[in-house]
Amino acid sequence: MQTHFSLAQLADPHIADAEQVLRACVHCGFCTATCPTYVLLGDELDSPRGRIYLIKDMLENDRPATPEVVKHIDRCLSCLSCMTTCPSGVHYMHLIDTARAHVETTYERPRMDRLMRALLAAVLPHRGRFRLALAGAALARPFAGLFDGVPALRPLAAMLRLAPSRPKLPSATEGVGRFLAEGPRRARVALLDGCAQPALRPEIDEATIRLLTRIGVEVVRPAGAGCCGSLTHHMGKEELALANARANVDAWWRAMEDEGLDAILVNTSGCGTTIKDYGHMLRLEPAYAEKAARVSALAKDISEFLVERELPAPVIPAGLRVAYHAACSLQHGQKVRTAPKELLAKAGFTVLEPAEGHLCCGSAGTYNILQPEIATRLRARKVANIERTDPQVIATGNIGCMTQIGSGTAIPAVHTVELLDWATGGPQPAGLHLPAAAA
Amino acid sequence: MSGNATSGIVMPEPNADVIARRAEIVAAMRAIVPGEGVIDAVNEMRPFETDGLTAYKQLPLAVVLPSTTEQVSRILAYCHRNGIRVVPRGAGTGLSGGALPLADAILLGMGKFNRILDIDFDNRTVTAQPGVTNLGITTAVAHAGFYYAPDPSSQIACTIGGNVAENSGGVHCLKYGLTTNNVMGVELVLITGEVMRIGGKHLDSGGLDLLGILVGSEGLLGVVTEVTVRILKKPETARAVLVGFPSSEAAGECVARIIGAGIIPGGMEMMDRLAIHAAEAFVKVGYPLDVEALLIVELDGPEAEVHHLIERVAQIASELGCITLRASNSEEERAAFWAGRKAAFPAVGRISPDYLCMDGTIPRKALPLVLARMEELARQHGLQCANVFHAGDGNLHPLILYDASKPGELEAAERFGADILLLCVEVGGVLTGEHGVGIEKRDLMPSMFDETDLAHQQRLKCAFDPDSLLNPGKVFPQLHRCAELGRMHVSRGQLPFPNIPRF
Repeated sequence: MQTHFSLAQLADPHIADAEQVLRACVHCGFCTATCPTYVLLGDELDSPRGRIYLIKDMLENDRPATPEVVKHIDRCLSCLSCMTTCPSGVHYMHLIDTARAHVETTYERPRMDRLMRALLAAVLPHRGRFRLALAGAALARPFAGLFDGVPALRPLAAMLRLAPSRPKLPSATEGVGRFLAEGPRRARVALLDGCAQPALRPEIDEATIRLLTRIGVEVVRPAGAGCCGSLTHHMGKEELALANARANVDAWWRAMEDEGLDAILVNTSGCGTTIKDYGHMLRLEPAYAEKAARVSALAKDISEFLVERELPAPVIPAGLRVAYHAACSLQHGQKVRTAPKELLAKAGFTVLEPAEGHLCCGSAGTYNILQPEIATRLRARKVANIERTDPQVIATGNIGCMTQIGSGTAIPAVHTVELLDWATGGPQPAGLHLPAAAA
Repeated sequence: MSGNATSGIVMPEPNADVIARRAEIVAAMRAIVPGEGVIDAVNEMRPFETDGLTAYKQLPLAVVLPSTTEQVSRILAYCHRNGIRVVPRGAGTGLSGGALPLADAILLGMGKFNRILDIDFDNRTVTAQPGVTNLGITTAVAHAGFYYAPDPSSQIACTIGGNVAENSGGVHCLKYGLTTNNVMGVELVLITGEVMRIGGKHLDSGGLDLLGILVGSEGLLGVVTEVTVRILKKPETARAVLVGFPSSEAAGECVARIIGAGIIPGGMEMMDRLAIHAAEAFVKVGYPLDVEALLIVELDGPEAEVHHLIERVAQIASELGCITLRASNSEEERAAFWAGRKAAFPAVGRISPDYLCMDGTIPRKALPLVLARMEELARQHGLQCANVFHAGDGNLHPLILYDASKPGELEAAERFGADILLLCVEVGGVLTGEHGVGIEKRDLMPSMFDETDLAHQQRLKCAFDPDSLLNPGKVFPQLHRCAELGRMHVSRGQLPFPNIPRF
C-alpha cells in the first residue's frame, strides 16, 4: 500500500518499521474474515484491515490518538489470527505494538480506565502482589454484581469473576532453582518463571518440571528472571515491558554463559510469543540487541521442545476424549499448530478439534478484564464449539485461555503438559474428575 | 490530501446541496440505525475510502452499517425521498472499484448481515445473509459432504452479496458455472425501500428472468439482503495435477488440448514464473521454481474416472514436453496445491508494494498469442506483470506490479492495463470475466459496446432506479439521465451534444 511519510518521520526507527509493514499490505481484506472482532461486530474498523488503515492515517499525519482510534485499537485482541491469514506477510503484531505505544504516549484515557490499567500493570506482573490481589478478590467476589451497573467499573467485575474462588499456595517449584535430570543429563533448559501462572495454577510448572526431568532434561531457573513483559507490552507501557525483557535477557544470558542452555522453555504461550520477539523489541539497544536475538532464537514452547523427544510409553488407559484448544499465541503468534496435538495423540488421548479453532476465546492477556463484553461473547462462542465435540477434558497451552474457558464451562480445562505428565507417570491433573472406569 | 480519486477517472460531480445537508442526513441515519452503525468522524471513515482496488480513494458522506432488512429499506426510502446517492459495499475485496465511495453518497456496508439463515439439505440450498463469506457457506455444510461451487480466490473474505453483485467466478466455474448459475433466489431492497423476493429454492422461476439481470448488476439495481444458493455434493474423488512447462505457450497449448480431448476439469489454472515464485514464498508447498508456467488441473468425479483422466492429462502434458508432473495423493496435498493459487494475488504483495489486478477473457485458442503480446506490452510500459489465470475458461488475471509512491507508475500501470483489455477485445474476448466493470473498466466499455448497446443496458438501470441514486459512476462511462434516454435518438452511434458530461 502506498504510504506518505516524510524523511523526518522515517528517521524515527519505529515509524520506519511501521512503514515497512504498511507497504507490505495490499488491502486485499483476507484478514477481515478470520478476525474475531470483525466476525462478531461486522464493522471494518474492528478488523485488521480497518485498524491498519486507522494506524496508517494516525502515524502518517503524526496525530495524537483520538478516542475513536483508541476504541478500535483497544478492541484488538492481538490474537494475530490475521497474520496466519495474510498472504502478503504483513507483520501486524509489530504495527499494533507501535500503535499501542503511540496511544500510551499521546492519549489521555478517562480517569477510571487509566486507574484500571495502572492497577493491572502494577499488580499482574508481580507474583506476590498478584497473589495478594487474588486473596482479596476471593473475598470480594460476591460483590461483583455491584460493579456491573457502572460501565467504568465493569472491568473490576470481570476481574473478580475470573479470579479463582480459592487462592493457591506457592509451590516448591517457584522461584530460583535447579532441577536435576533423572538419569543421564540429555539437555539443559531454562524454564520461564512467570508471573500470573504460578499463582493461578502452580500445577503447570510442577508437571512441566516432572516431565522434563523424567526424560533427562535439567531445568534451571536463574536469579533475576521474571515476568516476560507481555501484559504491559500489550497495554503500550513500553518502558515497563522493556525493563522486564532486559532483566530476563540478562538472567538467561548468565545461564547460557555458565553451563550453556539448549533451550529457553515457556509453558505459557502468551509469554512465549513475546519472548520470541525480544530480538525485535530490544533491537535498538546496542547493549541488548544481539543477546536478545540469541534469547529469542533459543525460546521454545514446551510442546515444540517435547515433540522432538522420545516420551515414555503411556501408563494410563488410552482413549480419554480431549478437546484441544489452540491458544492464539501458540497457533498464530508462534505458528506452533501440530506439536501439541501430536503429543497428546501419541500419549493415547483421543484429540478432538472444535470448529472455528482459529478464533480467540477472548482471554488475550488483560482483554477479558478491559473488554469484558466482547470477551464474554467470544467465550460463549468458543465454549459452544468445544462442548459440541463432547470432550471429557479441554487441553490448552496458555493459562489465560484456561482461566477464560474454565470460567464458562463445567468441563475441566488443563494445560497440555499436565496431561502428558499424567500419561507418562505423573499424578492425575487437579480438577480432572473422571468416571472410575476411565481413570 | 483530500483522498480524491487519483489519475484520470472522472466521477459524477458531487451534489453540493446534499453535502450541505450532511448533519441532517447523518441524524436521520442515526434514527434508523442506532449505536455504532453510523460512522461520520473523518478518521473513522478513512478505512472505508477504498476497496480491493486501492488506486482510487474517496471519503463518503457517511458510512452506515445496518443489520436488518427493515433498516436497509428505511435507509433507501429516505435516500430516495431526499435524492441522496448510495454506494453498497460487502467485504470491500472487489478489484474493480465497485465499492468506491462518492463524496455525496452514503456508503452502505453490509458487514453486519453475517448469519446463515437456513440450511436445507433436502432441497440442497443454503439461504444466507449477504455479508456471509463465500467460504462460510461451504464451511456451514461441509460436515454433511456438501459445498458451494463458485470459489473466487478471495473466497475466505469476499461475501456472497458481493458475489451476486459481481457475478463472481472462481477456479471451479469451468465445470460448475459462475454465481449466476448457482443462485436460486434473492431478497432485494429497491431504491424506493420496497422489499421484493425473486426466485426461491428452485431453478428457473416463472416470468422474466429477473434473477439473471440482478446477478452481476454491480449494485446499480438494488441492495440484496438475502441470498439462496444451490449447494452440491462433494465429488467422490478430486485430485489435482501440477504440470510445469518450460514456456507459457506450451502450457497454453496443453490447456487447449485437454479441452479439445473432451475433458472438463473441475478447475484448470495457470500461473507464470513471477506468480509461482510469489505464491510459493507464502504457501511453501513445493511448486516447481524452474518452470516458466505452471498448470493446476483438477479432475473430479468417481475414482475410476478421475484415475483415467489423470492418465490422459499426463499423456497430453508429456507430449508437450512438460518438466514437472505431480498428482495429489491426499486431500491435504490437493488443498495445498490450491492454497498457493488462491493466495497468489496478495502474495504478489511480497514482491511489489502495489499491483493492479486485471480481469479479461479471451477465446482459449488466443492464449499463446495474447501471452506473447502481453510480454511485449510489459517491455513497452516498463512494468512487470505476473500472470495468474483461469486457463480453462480463458479468464486472464494479469497482475501489473507498480509502486504508487513512484511518480507516474500508477498512470503507466493503468495504461498497461487498458492495453491488455483492449487486446482481449481485439482477439474476440471481453473486458471482464468475473471482477466486474466498476470504475476500473468503465471507460473501456465503448470499446466493446456501441452507444445503442449501452443505451439499452442503461434503460434497464432506469427501470429499477430512475433517479440514478444507486452506485452512480460505476459500469457506465456516461450515465444518462433516464428521462433523456427515453426520448434520445441515437443515430449511427452518435449522441447529441457528445461533449456534455452525462452521469
